[in-house]
Amino acid sequence: MKPVSEILIELYRTMLRIRRFEERVVALYPEQQMKTPVHLCLGQEAIPAGVCIHLGREDQIFSTHRSHGHCIAKGMSLKSIAMELYGRETGCCRGRGGSMHLADPEQGIPGSTAIVGGSIPLAVGAALSAKMQDNGRASVAFFGDGASEEGSFHESLNFAALHHLPVLFVCENNQYATSSRLAARQPDTGIAAKGAGYGIPSRELDGNDVLAVYRAAGEALGRARAGKGPTLLECRTWRWMGHVGPTCDVENGCRPRDMHEEWLSRCPLEQLRIRLPESGALSPDFLESTELAVCLEIDSAFNTARHSPDPDPSQILRYVDGRG
Amino acid sequence: MPWTGIQADGRRDCEVYGADGEAGRQLTYRDAIREALDQALGMDPRVFLIGEGIDDPGGVFGSTLGLAEKYGSLRVMDMPLAENGLTGVAAGAAMTGMRPVLIHMRVDFLPMAMDQIVNHVAKWRYMTGGKVSVPLTIRAITGRGWGSAAQHSQSLHALFAHIPGLTVVMPASPRDAKGLLMGCIASGEPSLVIEHRWLYDLKEVVPEEPFLVPPGVGLIRREGTDVTLVGVSHAVYDLLLAAEQLATEGISAEVLDLRSVRPLDEALIISSVRKTGRMVVMDTGWKRCGISAEVAAVVSESAHDALRAPFRRICIAECPAPASAVLEDAYYPGCADVVACVKGLL
Repeated sequence: MKPVSEILIELYRTMLRIRRFEERVVALYPEQQMKTPVHLCLGQEAIPAGVCIHLGREDQIFSTHRSHGHCIAKGMSLKSIAMELYGRETGCCRGRGGSMHLADPEQGIPGSTAIVGGSIPLAVGAALSAKMQDNGRASVAFFGDGASEEGSFHESLNFAALHHLPVLFVCENNQYATSSRLAARQPDTGIAAKGAGYGIPSRELDGNDVLAVYRAAGEALGRARAGKGPTLLECRTWRWMGHVGPTCDVENGCRPRDMHEEWLSRCPLEQLRIRLPESGALSPDFLESTELAVCLEIDSAFNTARHSPDPDPSQILRYVDGRG
Repeated sequence: MPWTGIQADGRRDCEVYGADGEAGRQLTYRDAIREALDQALGMDPRVFLIGEGIDDPGGVFGSTLGLAEKYGSLRVMDMPLAENGLTGVAAGAAMTGMRPVLIHMRVDFLPMAMDQIVNHVAKWRYMTGGKVSVPLTIRAITGRGWGSAAQHSQSLHALFAHIPGLTVVMPASPRDAKGLLMGCIASGEPSLVIEHRWLYDLKEVVPEEPFLVPPGVGLIRREGTDVTLVGVSHAVYDLLLAAEQLATEGISAEVLDLRSVRPLDEALIISSVRKTGRMVVMDTGWKRCGISAEVAAVVSESAHDALRAPFRRICIAECPAPASAVLEDAYYPGCADVVACVKGLL
């Protein structure tokens, strides 16, 4: 077990790296050099941080169109993500994937999908693979609230429960599918309740409380690794920006302003700082030096990305299959 | 790697189809598939089979019989009726070190898995810049007759052959049923093997040792000089019968079995048509945007000057498969249609 102070520092640092990375995307996006649709996770940083802290490099995560935070928390370099956003040959997917398909198998990230619900069965498959190879790995499916309406969600929960697979289902319930509110799409039973039908232990929790996510994910992954099967976590949260792009969608009436403001007041980083004033782990000195280090890392990532080489158009057919 | 030492099948020309009297052990198409699966499971611990009812007494028309008993229920796994989800599960396992073979008793169940096959499996290698491959093989069987009707008898290979990143093969003989299945598993590429239920009882000499037919390589089943008859799967059988009949009337027909519809053996099609100057394409599927159109386009683009007559296409009627036996007869073209078509070209 790591000392508590180290855990707090790591959680905070991960959230800060995600936050500042996404803010940099917002700042630079209007230059129109990142020609890829960006689905930012500002406001949702606590969930990837609280989950991925429990994962080793060999554990596998599958992400979605909103993938930056998951990949940063799982260990991808900011540089390889930034280069992919700029469509560079040196990006994590050699400019073939873009923002919605970040992957780094070396870090246990086989990939991300822009089809809602697609990540869920893939993660279950990785868990089946782990069970068959008996290698002690766990896998995590990240997905949004919309995905819980897809057949792939239900098919995956059914199969994972049937075979007691070591997989954690993490639903980031930000309450909107693009501009369609949850209440217009589902009966008001909660997403966590859907796990019960498959006999899967399920919990609803505050997804902006990184310590709550940390505790729930730790417990769930412990169960998974002990052969006790999957868990479903519904982490309630809120995205600070619109569904896609570097601007907020509240101005144009896509989401209600009062809810937006309430959730803005529940910033995951602020909450951690405020709740732990006396612990000493997040001292003013620490906060300042971390801020500086993260800022320098992001400067370097985006500077490198801007000046990295583009793919060679004559190589457009490479990687379609292993024959090319 | 267990697959690297296995010989590729080097046949290119003039294999007699299900010949009597050829030396060697004969197997049915069904048993050739079962032997391929058995050998793949036996030599590669990464291989596992998953499908609806694959361990039941029917054993997917006999093609998986006895394998669950031999390899256990984790490696020969029954599955929920969740075609799309389980395609994703198999794909996720394939991305993380396994070589699954997903088995559907009907081609008609594939459209339910379209999202995972088309959006995920086919594109994953490209989307990840070549870093993550999906060595997943999917078997699906086309049915026909006895009122199987619109949802139990489709030939949907053209739908999948449209998608870059997928391999689509259609074995017409027992030897190819084994070799192409092993070839797909060995290739490490996402592959769709479309089998035909009416070929399951066909017998042919099949090598006992494991061997690979590489996807993308067609085969001249019968040599000829007057016309090239191109087909896949069960259509090859009609073409061979027609060639036999045409020979009695002094017409020499060459029969080309595509074996793969993606990749397509364009070089073999072009060289055969350059030799004969005429072409008839027969498909088990529909004409509109189908494989016959693709084959015709290949010839038009690369060997138009060699054509001494317009190409012709023989496909199923442009409607869902009907149930009535009378309508079925009208729905499926056969040997007589091929013979009449060829005579019209000469």
